[in-house]
Amino acid sequence: MSLLEIHGLRKCFGSVVAADDIAFIVAAGEALGIIGPNGAGKTTLFNLIAGGLFPDAGTIRLDGHDITAARPHQRCRAGIARSYQIPRPFENFTVFENLLVAAVHGGRKSEADAAQLCGEILNRCRLLPRANALAGSLTLLERKRLEMARALATAPRLLLLDEIAGGLTESECAELVGTIKELRATGVTIVWIEHIVHALVAVVDRLIVLNFGRKIADGNPQAVMSSADVQQIYIGIEA
Amino acid sequence: MPPAASAHYRIERKTPASYAAAGAACVLVAVLAAIPGFAGRNVVEELIFVYYMLALAQCWNLLAGYAGLVSIGQQAFVGLGGYLLFALTIIAGLDPLVAILLCGLIAAAFALPTALVVFRLRGAYFAIGTWVVAEVYRLGFAQFKRLGGGTGTSLGPEITNQVFGIEWIKSLFDVRTPAARDIISYWVALALAAATLVLVYLILRSRRGLALGAIRDSEDAAESVGVDYFRVKLGIYVITAVATGMIGALIYLQNARISPDAAFSVLNWTAYVIFIVVIGGIGTIEGPIVGTLVFYLMQRYLASFGAWYLIVLGALAIAVMLFAPKGLWGYAAGRYGLALFPIRRRLLVKNQD
Repeated sequence: MSLLEIHGLRKCFGSVVAADDIAFIVAAGEALGIIGPNGAGKTTLFNLIAGGLFPDAGTIRLDGHDITAARPHQRCRAGIARSYQIPRPFENFTVFENLLVAAVHGGRKSEADAAQLCGEILNRCRLLPRANALAGSLTLLERKRLEMARALATAPRLLLLDEIAGGLTESECAELVGTIKELRATGVTIVWIEHIVHALVAVVDRLIVLNFGRKIADGNPQAVMSSADVQQIYIGIEA
Repeated sequence: MPPAASAHYRIERKTPASYAAAGAACVLVAVLAAIPGFAGRNVVEELIFVYYMLALAQCWNLLAGYAGLVSIGQQAFVGLGGYLLFALTIIAGLDPLVAILLCGLIAAAFALPTALVVFRLRGAYFAIGTWVVAEVYRLGFAQFKRLGGGTGTSLGPEITNQVFGIEWIKSLFDVRTPAARDIISYWVALALAAATLVLVYLILRSRRGLALGAIRDSEDAAESVGVDYFRVKLGIYVITAVATGMIGALIYLQNARISPDAAFSVLNWTAYVIFIVVIGGIGTIEGPIVGTLVFYLMQRYLASFGAWYLIVLGALAIAVMLFAPKGLWGYAAGRYGLALFPIRRRLLVKNQD
């Protein structure tokens, strides 16, 4: 059963083609990783899926419904939640209030029901001790966790994680990977963009590689990482 | 120790201090309501001014401080309310108090199409756009010959003296008609000021208040967690227009004389209001209260200095913006952790055994 279907997706910024005829399907319950060099169009792809950008061509379907023209809040209510690469917490809110607004507006819950859900998510994301602290006072790891927790508070079926491990130390990264693994076990479908490939491979079942807005590989993580194209474009640049 | 998986979570908002503040506020309103019983007419008239400026400031603060809609055209709705009051009483022959309520409803009907125009603009363009719309309103109302055209008109005593309840007040307080009229205006102004304040507080405590806080910090992120910010902002714009229209109607019932230039004055109904909110503390409920008191005191003691009054007003606003950007209340609240109107939601954990 496919949850997300993308066909012929195209987006240009002037002469730069950030998404060039991208097509893929994400099955319900799957964890998909997306890698690619800087400027490959990974975040653009997320913005197209979450609704922050509208495509020049192509369609996006969630559960078979065409959501290509839907606005971001409608996509959120339909079940798509995202984290931002550079955390964008509501800084004048507490950590708990950050989740509450997501659960009440995105998840369409009453505040009382939302409180229970938010408490459980905070506990799972190890943010409970900071629940009543202002989001503006959090450390980077806590902000990354908050991005994920806030997205989860909307009770999504599809969770888009944008470089959630970027900028973290090795041990913080391992801790976050642990949390994401636990999350997977709850059944939520995950699409995860990450530069830190070993973190990604520890979680995902499938890997897509983007370069210059095009999909150049799609499949089993080990097979994708060892293919000649990917070795040349991706690993070659990093080495 | 982390809580068990079966832990129970709930929201706490009230604090003992907030109960005390709510009680004190009720007592204060009761005392203020009784003032016409023992104070002179000039005190009553000055307090009417304080109340309607406070109500206007609360409205503008909700709009700009919370919803991020920095309008410099709220005089459109003050003038609209004023003119509607004249039209409904002079032409339609309604009781002024009924007319004030209707003015609010009609203001909403005007606010919706206005919003569809100005909401296409962002930031500074929105601000200028609202001003332009207010000018259009001014020029529009100047065309109505029945309402005095460009020179304006007056409410005759046959209307102002027939306000509902005026005979009862004359006998209750043993006063003449003009003083009784002031007392009615006083109570309406107090009710409007208190209602506006309660309205802002209730909005901030609601789901919409949560959305407003999120929008203020990041519009994109708010949308990505399901906040329909267009609808939230539209709602706030219309609600503010309703309140501002009713306040405008009250102001011109009290003035009994209206002209397009005065009714749609950007200085009186928006610039002074912005001054009040900025020096008091934008984005707080308490700020406009503090700001209104400061403005009233300056108006009272400095107005006789003519141009110097405006220079001092401007200098004070600049000083506050430089040294206490969150306003006088924001500065004090930050230093001493004050909050009379608690809108924060705290998460409480209860482990179940």
